Amino acid sequence: MTRLGTLGTAALLPVALVVLAVSIAVGTTIGPSDLGPSDAFAVFLERIGGPDSGLSGVREGIIWDLRLPRAVLAAVCGAGLALCGVVLQSLLRNPLADPFVLGVSSGASTGAVLVVVTGLGAGAIGLATGAFLGSMLAFGLVLLLGFVTGGTTDRMILAGVAATQLFSALTSFIVYTAADAEQTRGVLFWLLGSLSTASWSDVVVCGSVVLLGVAVCWATAGTLDAFTFGQDAAASLGVSVAKVRLMLLIMTALMTAVIVSTSGAIGFVGLVLPHAARAIVGVRHRLLVPTATVLGAIFLVWVEIGSRVVIAPQELPVGVATALVGVPAFVLILLRQRRRQS
Amino acid sequence: MSIDSREASWSTRGTVIVDGVTLDVVPGSTVGLLGPNGSGKSSLLRLLAGLRPTSSGVVRLGGDPISSLSRRDIARRLAFVEQESTTDADPTVRDVIGLGRLPHRAPWSPESANDRAMIASAATTMRTGHLLDRSYMTLSGGERQRVQIARALAQEPTELLLDEPTNHLDVRHQLELLELVRATPTTTLMALHDLNHAATYCDRLVVLAAGRVHAAGVPAEVLTPSLIAEVYGVEAVVEDTAGGLHVRYLRALPSSAAEPAGRMTP
Repeated sequence: MTRLGTLGTAALLPVALVVLAVSIAVGTTIGPSDLGPSDAFAVFLERIGGPDSGLSGVREGIIWDLRLPRAVLAAVCGAGLALCGVVLQSLLRNPLADPFVLGVSSGASTGAVLVVVTGLGAGAIGLATGAFLGSMLAFGLVLLLGFVTGGTTDRMILAGVAATQLFSALTSFIVYTAADAEQTRGVLFWLLGSLSTASWSDVVVCGSVVLLGVAVCWATAGTLDAFTFGQDAAASLGVSVAKVRLMLLIMTALMTAVIVSTSGAIGFVGLVLPHAARAIVGVRHRLLVPTATVLGAIFLVWVEIGSRVVIAPQELPVGVATALVGVPAFVLILLRQRRRQS
Repeated sequence: MSIDSREASWSTRGTVIVDGVTLDVVPGSTVGLLGPNGSGKSSLLRLLAGLRPTSSGVVRLGGDPISSLSRRDIARRLAFVEQESTTDADPTVRDVIGLGRLPHRAPWSPESANDRAMIASAATTMRTGHLLDRSYMTLSGGERQRVQIARALAQEPTELLLDEPTNHLDVRHQLELLELVRATPTTTLMALHDLNHAATYCDRLVVLAAGRVHAAGVPAEVLTPSLIAEVYGVEAVVEDTAGGLHVRYLRALPSSAAEPAGRMTP
């Protein structure tokens, strides 16, 4: 077991935040235009009140309005997905739970496809709004199904699986019957997860929801610990199980929905990063929540950078890149668990 | 008064599991809860711990209806240890015992020096002090059970409820655990299977059959051959030896004799 000492854990978060800032900075220096670290730095200085960068408006814009929001959004999404993973794995007591276990991502897909392919909403609502509505509808269905069938955590997971299947089928049906090749390609690209359209307004929306989520989850850290041995154990440790669980489920669904709506279904971050964070700092959420959040942010920033570099000038969808990194990591986790149980 | 119940009942899916149980637990006493499989011991413990709402009747903690107390207030005076505590996470023993301090602080605040002292002292009481940095997953059944009881003691309870704490333990670990529990100053109510353990370690016994209290009192009054035959369907002799009451089982009675007392479990 790799666990840090007291000194290590105290230094971990500040160090990780510096690494995150550096990672985002690196993200702004990479791309098809030949704008390097010094250009990025000059633009950054100008924007915070320093001297003129000497770059043209277009080139400034590439750094400030394309690359930077993209890197920051990657950090925000990575943070939010990892955090949701931590909360859901603890709450549902299932190491394989991820942010999409409650059907949120497949609901988002259906919503997005409906808007893009069938023109639902007659242009009044965009892909992101459609995705958000779809994900909330799916989550509502899961909650309803879960509670009707007994309200236990395994019922929630089963309800999530059912909703995921249902909405995936609906998405396939709509794409199969209504989409032309071009639309299909666009939808597919979005479904696989992409940060290429990131804007500052995406950053603001996602960022505020994720910040709220971090605050809520960190404030309930002890409560999340109480779920270690299940619901009755949590209740006997003074937790109002039904209330807390509903609040945290809604919080994670909201975070996931906002993230999926802006950047598609980026898989594996929420599944793998919580396990990595636990391996470093242990199971107590007071430390685990911030650690997983920052690790998730760093991870996705680098995967996003990698996805632009690997097959340049083409881009790999981020969801594909996370899966390529995540699947081997996932196998390692499973092997580790098997070793421990045998 | 510590814990008491008046005509407490609990049913689920149309089946009555706990049927009008009235009992009084004297502060500071150790009470054994006996009864065959399916007689409602675990469910009654959960009612008394306030983990399930009574369908009718009332459960009181320190004289107050338990349903009127907040979960947190209950957790600060009553600790509950389940029959088996499993987890998918990989906590250390210190993490597990530390859970017992949660009712005493805000969920966002760190462990205080007092919390750490309570964890250390609970661990020492249950002879798990040397295990604090071990992974809970790697412990034996007996060690896990002691860690769970240490967690319960870290709650600083006045009432301790244990659901078959000696389950799956070998003889030595059973005796050791019961001695440790017996030595704690808390009021203890525990479900037990072994009648000799109940006779040795409990001040009073409550015998359940089909969700109802069949008998209650001090061990010498309760553990009689006729009760053991009625409730367990077993022919036995009860000897009053120098070392205390001793139940010796002779044979299982034909099932017709056992059925009236035991609730059929699917």
